Amino acid sequence: MQTASVRARNSVLDLAAMSLREVNQLLHDTRDGDFLIRNPRGAHALACGLDGDLNVTIDGHVGYYCAGMNKTAHVTVNGNVGTGLAENMMSGRVHVTGDASQSAGATGCGGLLVIDGNASARCGIALRGLDIVVKGSVGHMSAFMAQAGRLVVLGDAGDGLGDSLYEARLFVRGSVKSLGADCVEKPLREEHRASLRALLDAAGVRDVDVAEFRRYGSARKLYHFHVDNAGQY
Amino acid sequence: MCGIVGLFLKNDKLRGDLGRLTGLMLRELCDRGPDSAGFAVYGGGTPGTTKICAVSRNGALAWGPVARELAQAIGAGVEVEEIEDHAIFRTAGAGDVARKWLIDNVPGAYILSQGQSIEIFKGVGDPAAIVDRLALEKRAGTHAIGHTRMATESAVTIAGSHPFSTGDDTCLVHNGSLSNHNRLREQLTRHGERFQTENDTEVAAAYLAARMRNGDTLEASLHNGLKDLDGFYTFVVGTRDGFAVIRDPIACKPAVIAETEDWAAMASEYRAIAPLPGAEHAKLWEPAPATVYAWSRAA
Repeated sequence: MQTASVRARNSVLDLAAMSLREVNQLLHDTRDGDFLIRNPRGAHALACGLDGDLNVTIDGHVGYYCAGMNKTAHVTVNGNVGTGLAENMMSGRVHVTGDASQSAGATGCGGLLVIDGNASARCGIALRGLDIVVKGSVGHMSAFMAQAGRLVVLGDAGDGLGDSLYEARLFVRGSVKSLGADCVEKPLREEHRASLRALLDAAGVRDVDVAEFRRYGSARKLYHFHVDNAGQY
Repeated sequence: MCGIVGLFLKNDKLRGDLGRLTGLMLRELCDRGPDSAGFAVYGGGTPGTTKICAVSRNGALAWGPVARELAQAIGAGVEVEEIEDHAIFRTAGAGDVARKWLIDNVPGAYILSQGQSIEIFKGVGDPAAIVDRLALEKRAGTHAIGHTRMATESAVTIAGSHPFSTGDDTCLVHNGSLSNHNRLREQLTRHGERFQTENDTEVAAAYLAARMRNGDTLEASLHNGLKDLDGFYTFVVGTRDGFAVIRDPIACKPAVIAETEDWAAMASEYRAIAPLPGAEHAKLWEPAPATVYAWSRAA
């Protein structure tokens, strides 16, 4: 096993010639090195559960649950991704050069997720500490019940942003179609600008002024039950 | 779940490949809908000639005598072409009268479609096997839509297989489920609609066809559907000239659209688009909720 994985390091993995399971197993066994995956053709669960000092680049569009549960590894997709990108990500970095479908970064606990294009509905749903930077726009119900972490949107946000939000911080540069229950705009103070600047730098976004963003957070009226709010649940 | 696909050819040189390409798309979505499948091929046609597609409900059916009785009933010549358990009737007589006669007088068959261009085929079982058995690969045409089914709302029978068609050259495939179809079925029945199954999608197909018969454009019928159809859906609606895609406002059911100079395609997932020629360089996007995307050959 060790010999095979050492030999496999820094190699091209072609999904036209290897099965999805072989590719994922090789990445799990190797735990470090650089890999280029070709011909993903919309495959599901590609580069999932990585745990190690890996740099994985995927050339082409991928399907559901790409880079789920990622730990430490850096995954780059040159293309679009389907539902559930980087779901429950723990650490490391996931970067998509195209668009992401719904529930990108869902329940993510840590690390950085960067989407160069748009993310559709429910981006960052149930976020628990992951930072997400979307250079385009996000769809409806993004950051629903988000507990911790940051969602930064350079474009616009759809309906119901931050519905039933806990303590995640949301920053939107464009318009917000509507805010969800218990999500309110909050002042963008110096500490937030500094934190946002550092996050944008980490995401490779340097030509954007942080003063252009508006900050949204929880009004904290829903997550402690109060009978007067019963109608909003 | 369920898988849906649509392929609209912009380049006429691909017409001979329509069935083959649609078959490649459906094969990729077998695991989204392993229990049944169906497809509508818009194969062109002759103005003045109506094609009516039918499938036997159970076992062999003697289509020749049916064609002769139909000819007598509508007072016009009827030709019949048999493909496995399917039949395509061709007549210069009134298509809607012929369809109604077949529904009323051939209890051993489902009447699948009626129109100048549309041909619908469907079956129960592995979608890839259905594509092979009914020789989808050999069929040519301008556009096609297809469906692989994972039954949720009704039984795994040929009655539940999509596409559903109740109007001239129109049909519908659906990923999702509707919750108000029983009430809507009653209303449409009162207005003369003839339902053949208990399926929610047949009601949606009849609703859209009825709206279009009463003057709605395809886009307008789909916008009205946003108000009147309660449930989850990604729809692809085929018409003689093209097709349209719409997702409900919640947009839980997946859809992806791709377009090149040669074709426009929609599918539940990108992997069904990947086998199309030039897919890797296509413009690719996810359709927004409650928004109509349409392609048409009409001038």
